[in-house]
Formats: sequence, C-alpha cells, structure tokens
Amino acid sequence: MAVIQVDRKPLTFAERTYIPQILSGLKTTWKHLRSTAVTLEYPEQRPNIPPGYRGVPTLVKDPHGREKCVSCQLCEFVCPPKAIRITPGEIPPGSPNRQIEKAPQAFDIDMLRCIYCGFCQEVCPEEAIFLQNQYSMTGYTREEMVNHKDKLLELGGTLPDKHFKWEKKLHAEQEGNAH
Amino acid sequence: MTATLERLPLLVRDWITGFFPEPVRWLVSGLLAIVAILAVFGLYFAYLTLAERKFLGRFQNRPGPNRTGPFGLLQPFADAVKALTKEDIVPQAADKLLHFLAPCLVVAFGLISFAVIPFGRYLIPVDLDAAVLYFFAAGVSSELALFMAGWASHNKYSMISAMRALAQLISYELPLLLAVVPVIMLSGTLSTSKIVVAQGGWTFGIIPHWNVLTPWGFAGFFIFMIAAVAETNRSPFDLPEAESELIAGHLTEYSGFKYALFFMAEYFGMSALCGLGVTLFLGGWQAPIDILQVVPSYVWFMVKLSCVIFCLMWVRATLLRLRIDQLTRLAWKFLVPLGLINLGNAAFWHLSADWSGPLQIVRWAISAAVIVIPFVLIGRTLSSGLAPRTYRYAT
Repeated sequence: MAVIQVDRKPLTFAERTYIPQILSGLKTTWKHLRSTAVTLEYPEQRPNIPPGYRGVPTLVKDPHGREKCVSCQLCEFVCPPKAIRITPGEIPPGSPNRQIEKAPQAFDIDMLRCIYCGFCQEVCPEEAIFLQNQYSMTGYTREEMVNHKDKLLELGGTLPDKHFKWEKKLHAEQEGNAH
Repeated sequence: MTATLERLPLLVRDWITGFFPEPVRWLVSGLLAIVAILAVFGLYFAYLTLAERKFLGRFQNRPGPNRTGPFGLLQPFADAVKALTKEDIVPQAADKLLHFLAPCLVVAFGLISFAVIPFGRYLIPVDLDAAVLYFFAAGVSSELALFMAGWASHNKYSMISAMRALAQLISYELPLLLAVVPVIMLSGTLSTSKIVVAQGGWTFGIIPHWNVLTPWGFAGFFIFMIAAVAETNRSPFDLPEAESELIAGHLTEYSGFKYALFFMAEYFGMSALCGLGVTLFLGGWQAPIDILQVVPSYVWFMVKLSCVIFCLMWVRATLLRLRIDQLTRLAWKFLVPLGLINLGNAAFWHLSADWSGPLQIVRWAISAAVIVIPFVLIGRTLSSGLAPRTYRYAT
C-alpha cells in the first residue's frame, strides 16, 4: 500500500481558535436563511418535463380519431420485462377501416413490470405507442397497476400524423393504383 | 400606564384569588402560577417545535411545514394528535412501572426548574433564596429519569445509550456550574430575582450593566451556553440520540405519547436553561436601553429567551456533530479549566471594583488577558498532537 504524505498547511492563529471558522459557518447558514426556498410544492406546482422524457407508455390515436395500433405485436416481443400483452383481433370487412385488417382486441401493459426503457416506442412501425409526460402512476392493487386498452388510449390522446398511410392504401385500392 | 402593564399579571392573580376565602389564597395563587407556566410554556413549547422546524427548513432552503393551517400554524396540534393516537408499545421484558415513570418524571423535573426563573419584575413563581441551587438540583434529577428510561427498557442498546448520555450530561454539568459560580460570587446572592436586580442600571443610558458585558461574564456566558447545548442534547452535542447514527438512543423502546413527552422535556429543559442563562448573564427582564423600560419586563424576558433559543437553532443548523471522545475532551480538558480560571478572573474583578480612571482600562485589559491567554494556550495544547496527519490510500 502506497503511503501518500498530504501536506497540511500549518493553521494560522485565527484558525487555531476555531472561532472564525464557526462564524463563517454561521454566516453561510444565515445566507441560506435569507434566500428563497427552492422546494417545489408538488401537488400544486408541477415540474417542467424536459423534451424526450420517458413517462408511462401510452397508445395514441391519429387525427381522424382512429387508434393506430394494428396489433403487430412487435412491442410485445421487444419488451425486456415482458410487460406488454396483446390479444390480436380482426377488423370486420364492413368497417370503414377494413383495409387495416387487424386491431388489438386487448392491449395490457403491466406497470409493475414496465422499466420505461422505450423499446416499444422505438420498435413500433405504426408510431402507435409513445412514452409521454405522464410520470405519476399509482394504484392500490396489482390489478390497478395494469393499464388496459381504453386507459392507454385515454392517456395517449391524439398525436399529429404526416402520412395517413392507411388512407393511401384505401385510396389505392379504390383507384386501382397500388404502387 | 407602564406600571399597570408591568403589574398586569399580579392584578389578574389578585382578582382571581379575591374569589376565594383568605385561608386558601396562598394555595390558589400557587396553583395559578403552575397553570400559567403550564399554559404559557406548553404553548411556547408547541410553537418552539414549529419554529425550530420552520427555521431549520429555511436554513436548508426549504419552506418547512406549511400544510396544516395558515403557514403551518396548526402543525403542533396535528403532531399532538398523531402522538396521542399512536400505539404505545411497552416491551414485554421492560420494567413496566419505571418504563411509565421515566417520561413523566423527565417532564416533571423539566417543569419544576421553571419555578425559580424571574419572568418579570414581579413575575417569579417562587422567590427562593437558594434559587440557583434549586435549579441545578432539579436539572440534575432529570438525568436520573433519563437513565431510568434506558434501564427500564430492558434493551442493551438503550442501556448503553443511557450510559453514554449520562456520561455526557455529567461531564457538562461541571462547566455549567463553574460558569454560574462567578455570577453568584459577584452578585453575592443565590436568589435569581436579586441577581437580575443587581444587573440593573445603564452607563450613559445605553450600555446595560449585564454580566455578559464584562470579560468574565462574556467568557462565562459562552461556557454556559456551550454546556447548556450539551445538557439539552442538542446538535452539535446530540450524541445520545443522534438520529442519523443511532435509532433513538435511550428512547429506542419508547413510542407514541411517551416519546413525545421526552421530546417535550427536552424543549422544556432547553427553555429553562436558556431562561437561566438570560437571567444570569443577559440581565433577565431588564430592558437593554433606559428609554425602552416602557415595554413591560416580562416582554423583554421572552424576547431575550427567544433570541437565545434562535441562536441555538442557528448553531444546530450550522455545526457538525462531535465524536464522543471529542465531546468529553472539550468538557474536561477545555471548558472545566477555562471555567476555573474564569472563577479567579471574577475574583479579580470583584477585588478591583473600586479602581477608577485609567485604572479602569488596566482592569479590563487584565481581566480580558486572564481569559484570552488560557483560551489560546489550552486550545493549542489540546490540538498539538493532532496535526499533521498521514493519510493512507489504496492504490
């Protein structure tokens, strides 16, 4: 074990009496007494969420009010703690969205397992799942901590869309010009 | 007008005792004093805890408790309700009687020391001739109750903590007493009310004749306050129940209202010791300036008491906790010798009382030198073996 000699400056007379040190400490605390509190009074004041924050995963709708998820189950596969469970379902042929063919029957995210990694958002080909600003997820039971589809859609809201690719597919089907 | 305000508590007392027949009036007036102390200092205690939490919050850039009522003013009552409704757990092996008695006694001993503190010119519950002696007798008894708490819990950690606490309290009892003796020597009385009267008067109407404004009184006041902080288990001497290091020391096995009683006793003890410090060194109920005598004396006492207690909170927010060996070394090797020297200093001050003219300056210079030089020398001797240190690091 190496021994490092740390040179200590000999204390001056004033330092030896400890009194200036104690007084300067008192002065420091006095400054803090007079400064304003830095506390955020939580329920009334909310913190500013920085861009790129990864909150609770949510399902979003497109501007026409259509849920974007097509139950491809990529997020279910990629989810490291296996928090996502999707039960796929079919869209009946008579529906206005029949060209999409699939939609989730049930979509559950177990928030007791979720690690907020954001892989689901990254992997989603439909831009349907987003980790948004919601940061306070609480509940009294384990069941309450599982977000079902309606809850996820309610949390997610509507996000803008540039492509409307499913409308394009329907248009192409009807006009006979697929590509 | 001033005289009426000054005598107001007496007038109220006489008015109430007037309703009773002559033979029991002494009893009623004694009970009234007890009720007044319990009510005033009960409330003072309640708001002292709030003030302490508020100030500590502000010292740490927090707002402090502010949810219960406007500005958190109802917080003490919420705390009381919480303490009362909590489950009171008594360990199975504990000595049930002593376990119950310890918190009661500690509060009782804290309260009886208030009896001899002159709160105002006419406001002293019991004007004893040996008031200072009585005060310290009551103060030392609370240490007994404290050890009782550690013993009765039948828990080895409580027991060890109680012994540590006792070691600290007994160590600091000595400098506390040594700091008080010069005051008694110079005023020639043990009665607290007469000590305050002896500090009356002003030089040029602005410089009060308080004991703290003499060299021996200044030194005595600081020794007294350091020892008082240690006696009341407050930071930086809060080793007996250092929250961040021990669970609760000798109070580990206490819960609910019994724990609150210990807490209450600590604050009563602090108020009483600070009250004695104000009485002995800061002129008690005397106004600081001649013309401010229009303000009633009991107001001055409470103002001074609150200022001293604020300083204790300030020190608590600033200084770090000492180690147990540093703590006892400070008492035995530093404060006790200084206190003894200060005793001689006070004797010199007493003998040179008739020096006048330029001799006055000589008197002040000698008295100051007698306390400053030993302070420096003792400090130097104590820290001589400590530096420079060698630090070893793994590389």
